[in-house]
Order: sequence, then structure tokens, then C-alpha cells
Amino acid sequence: MKGPTAIPVKPRVAVHKFSSCDGCQLALLNLGEDLLELAERVELVHFAEAGPIDPMAEVDVAFVEGSVSTPEDLERIRHIREHSRMLIAIGACATSGGIQALRNNADGAEWVTRIYSHPEAIASLAHSTPISSHVKVDFELWGCPVSGPQMLAVVNALLLGAAPRDNADKVCTECKRHGYPCVMVSRGIACMGPVTRAGCGALCPGLGRDCYGCYGPAENANTDALAAQFGRQGLEPRAVVRRFQSINSQAPAFLAAADKARMACDE
Amino acid sequence: MSEQRRSVAIHVPVLARVEGEGALDLRIEGGDISELRLRIFEPPRFFEKFLEGRHYTEIPDMVARICGICPVAYQVTAAQALEQLFNVELSPWARAMRRVFYCGEWIQSHSLHIHLLAAPDFFGCNNAIELARIAPDEVRRGLRIQALGNELMELFGARSVHPVGVRIGGFHDAPSLARIRELREKLRAALPEAEALVRWTAGIAVPQDDQAFVSVAMRHPRDYAIERGVIGASDGLLIEPAAFDDHFAERHEPTSTALFGSYHGQPYLVGPLARLNLNHARLPEPVQALLAETGLVPPSRNIFHSLVARAVEILLALHEALRLLDDYRVPDSPWAPATPRAGVATGCTEAPRGLLWHRYEMDSEGCVVNARIVPPTSQNQARIEEDLRLSLLEFGLDHPDDALRLHCEKVIRNYDPCISCATHFLRLNVERT
Repeated sequence: MKGPTAIPVKPRVAVHKFSSCDGCQLALLNLGEDLLELAERVELVHFAEAGPIDPMAEVDVAFVEGSVSTPEDLERIRHIREHSRMLIAIGACATSGGIQALRNNADGAEWVTRIYSHPEAIASLAHSTPISSHVKVDFELWGCPVSGPQMLAVVNALLLGAAPRDNADKVCTECKRHGYPCVMVSRGIACMGPVTRAGCGALCPGLGRDCYGCYGPAENANTDALAAQFGRQGLEPRAVVRRFQSINSQAPAFLAAADKARMACDE
Repeated sequence: MSEQRRSVAIHVPVLARVEGEGALDLRIEGGDISELRLRIFEPPRFFEKFLEGRHYTEIPDMVARICGICPVAYQVTAAQALEQLFNVELSPWARAMRRVFYCGEWIQSHSLHIHLLAAPDFFGCNNAIELARIAPDEVRRGLRIQALGNELMELFGARSVHPVGVRIGGFHDAPSLARIRELREKLRAALPEAEALVRWTAGIAVPQDDQAFVSVAMRHPRDYAIERGVIGASDGLLIEPAAFDDHFAERHEPTSTALFGSYHGQPYLVGPLARLNLNHARLPEPVQALLAETGLVPPSRNIFHSLVARAVEILLALHEALRLLDDYRVPDSPWAPATPRAGVATGCTEAPRGLLWHRYEMDSEGCVVNARIVPPTSQNQARIEEDLRLSLLEFGLDHPDDALRLHCEKVIRNYDPCISCATHFLRLNVERT
């Protein structure tokens, strides 16, 4: 990264999509009238769902949604990297491989033959992988999905010439700030909040339910302690595996926690 | 004629403003269409496979990830299927609020489609930002309606993309009366805006197309079917969702990562126009009156009426949400307890883009043995190809490539294809020999 101060007054911006549900682009498409404001402040040169198409263009900032999951994706992400001064990965698919990375633990080729009658026509890599597995990523915004305020904070930071920031602390800190009663302590619910990255605003505990880790691992996540706590709450080892193997199954901290719990299954 | 015999091969990235990654191959030989294929190559994401072994409590959060634009449809369909298998009786509150929640998604998705994806075509604009320069009030109105749909989803789901409120048996939590009161005011204020939207869409000049097709949609004896009902077709079919496989089939074409649906071997239409064709008599009286005023008389054989159909459904959804929130009370419990049992669960609802069908085989522990999900876009895919062929012939094949491409895009956007519920662009290959 050459430094965010190198971003011009009206930056050229692209929004690219790889394997995903489209939900993170909606953080922009759901901005309402702010979307029109944004379109005045940046030059949207490529954003297929919104209209502009120029995937090969040189841009100042490329937002990338989705995971790399086909041979063609590999080519495309390299091209995007070469033509973007700053590359920002948005959402769980782009930062950890997403929910579709659950196939990484299975026999993907066998899955193809089970679903499609012309498996030869399906170009799919064995693994679904995050953008950072293939090219240098300047900034990662975690979340499934990322929210409009998160995206606007990044764009505003860039427009002001500042480096974007993100909160890697735990969902627990957001619960405390909102004054939500802890669902784990007060109701015995197996909550992922203690190891999950903040950013959503503790939406799930706010509804009295468990966090399920959709923002990925927090920094310094103590997954061992949480897995032990899940055990004390009566979760069987395979249920503990499922807790860590969901939206962000390939994030290293969650993958390691699931592997440990899996060993407990085998014992 | 010499122009037409010239061999032309074009490879252009064309269809922006759809959700999904696809291509259209068009080959014109001697003034006739020799090949026309909608190719979908959005990478497969294998949801049906990785749902295997998952616990029923996880399913609503997982299936939401199939589509960021219509997660509610996936969540509610899965919940409905499992609740039926587990003999869970939803409380009247939960039943009503599921419909309100779903109305939010219709409002959001339809308004996004009308303003950001479809309308620019009819004003010579490349996108909604350009359209906002010539029709600022209309675009801003549309974005406000879209935002209101999102707010309705957030009321029950805390966020509108992958909401977190649905659980088997109802919802995790119930909104407070104060929040409902606030939203009711906004819904009421949006009614005249949505009426104006219906009139605006009805005033947009669209091609006069006339094609024969079978419409398939859910039907309900009293309501305009959204979150419950049976499956009906314009030829008189009326079946329980569990009998879907007896009449509908999916086949895989080597050109696609989606499956092609057929009804008794034929293409069929699902989505807003199919619903309007079958269920217009179930619209609330003021919505029927406004529809009559527009001059659109259902059943319609013109797929370009989909634009008005979406606007009409936005107005319907606002009326329904208001009706159901009218005497809102916070329930004793927002959910009923569920006890898993083994068996086959089927569920069916009307996603914004059309019929959505789920089938889960469950074990006695409440884990998925196998899953099948039939989304609206794969059902429409064969119909889109059939429509393109007829529509292009009607339009005339000797138009320049750009005009052909735009016409194809307009036709395809009528279906609001959510190609594997993800996005990109369509590449059009025109070959002329």
C-alpha cells in the first residue's frame, strides 16, 4: 500500500464480486439517498449490479466481495490487484472463504457429481479461499454481511486521507456497551460472542439469542476457554465443532478450535 | 442481406443490473436464430451438501446466506417446512409477524429492482445514478420505499441482510409496541408514495409483447399468497407443496451451474406477474382499484408488465403490514417450543422473484440427512430463453448488435434473475453468419 494520502480527491472506485450471496454489495445499494451522495463523491467505474461495467479499469480503490472458488477467479483477482492501488476485501467470503468454504473439509468433486448431471461443465476449485490467499490485500472488513455504516466509515476515511480502521475486539464489548444481559451467563446459551469480532453491534444477544460468529474471530480469541465452557454447558463435541464450523469455518482461529473439538469427538 | 451474411462475432460484457453471473449466447444465421442460450456460470456454492449433518436450529441462519437480497424467503421457507414436520403450531402473533417480516423483503427487493435495476432501461440511462439526474424525485422516492422495506425487516431481524430474528417456532424476540407505533406511521405515510409509484410505472412506455405461458404461484383462499398456501398454475393445477415433484422437474444443462425447471415438461413463469395473474382477486380493494386505473387487466401475457406488478405488490405489502400491525400486542412468548422428529419436511413460499421450494430429510436428532432447494430463478430459466427467442423475432433481428443486446437485457431483467443469488454481468456472444 502506497499510503492512503495518495488517494485523489475524487477516487476511482470499483466493486467486484466473486463467489458470494451479493449481501455485502447491498451495504452500498441499501444506503438509500446516501448512495446518490456517494456517487457524487467517488467515481464508480465498475459496479455491475448498480450499472457501471468496466472490470479491467485502473482504479484507486477496489472493493472485493466474495471468495475465490474457480480457476477463472484466480486470473481475475490477479488482474484486479495489478490494476488497483488499494484493494479492500469486504465480508466473510472475501476474508475467510465464507460459508461455501465448508466444502474445503469435504470431497468437493463428489459433491459436484451428486448435484449436477454434467459435472464436466462445472469449473470449481476444491477449496473456497479468501482473497488474501492469492493477492496482497490492503484492508479487510469482516462480517457476514458488512454493514452500511462500516462501509461508509472506510470510504470516509479514504476521502479524508486517513487509513481505514476496524474494531477487532470482541462482541462481548458491544454487549456491555449496549447494556444487554449476557445470554451465556443469564440464560445458559452457547454464545460465540467471547471469540467473535465486534462490528455488528451485538445484534443477536440484543434479541436474546446466541452470537453465531458471523463476523469471524476477534483478536486474541480464547477459543480453548470457550470450547471448554460449551462443554460445561452440555454441548457435545460435535456440536462444538459445528459452532466453529459455520460462516467463517476457514478463519485460522475457528479452524483450529474445530480441529481440537473434532479430536475430542474421536476420543 | 449482404450485411447479415457477414460473419459477426461479438464478445461484450453486457448485462449489468442483475444479481448473478451469466452469459447469453446468440447466434444468428441467415436472418434466423440458430442458437440462443442463457448460460449461468456463477460458481456453485453447494448449500444442499453442506447443510447435511447440520442441526435444525442452524438452518435459518445458514440458508439465509444463499441470497443477500431475499434471505427472509429462505429463512421463512425453511422454518415453515421444519415446523410442519415437528408439529409446531405457530401462535397467531408469530404467524402474522412472519407475513409482516416477509412484506418487508418484498418492499425492499421490489423497490431495489424497479429503481436500481430495471427502470434505467426505459429512460435511456445506464444506471440509477444517471436516472436520478433526470427523475430525481422518483428515484429518491424509490430509495425511501426500499429503506422502509429494510426497516420492516430490521424490526424482526435486527438487520435486513441475513437477519437474525427467525427461529423454528416463531421469532427470537418481539418488537416493542413503541417501535411498532413508530413504524406504522411510516407505513401509513408511504401509502401515497407507493400509489404514485404504481402510477409512475404504469406510465412508462414498454414494448407490447404477447406470449402464451403458464403462470405458477402459490394460492391462498383469502390472502394474496406470500408465506403460505398451496401451489397453483394458470391451467388449473392446485397441489400441496409436498406434491411438487409430481408435476415439476429440474434438469441440468451442461452450459449452466443452475438447474432448469419445467412443469409437465414445459417452461413456466414464476414471480410477480405470475402471482398477479393468479391472485389479483385477492388484492385489497384499494389496490385492485388502483390496478384497474392503470389499465393493466390481469391475466397479462406481456412480461413487461412485471414492472407494474412489482409496484402493485409493494403497495399490497404496505397495506398488509399495516393491517397486521394494527392491533399489535407484545406476545407472552415470541416462539413455541419445538421437538425434532425424523421425516421429510417440505416448505414453499413466494420469494420476491417467485416460488421457492425446500425439502429436508431430517433424522430423529434434528439433523439434516439431505436437502433440496428449488429457487425461483432456475424455474424461470427455460421461460427466459423461450421468451428471448419469441421476443427477439418480434423485435426484429436486423437491428444493430447494441439494440439487440439492450432488448435482450430488458427482457431478462423483467424476470429479475437472481442468478445463483449472486452477481456479475452477462456476456453476450452474438455470432452472425
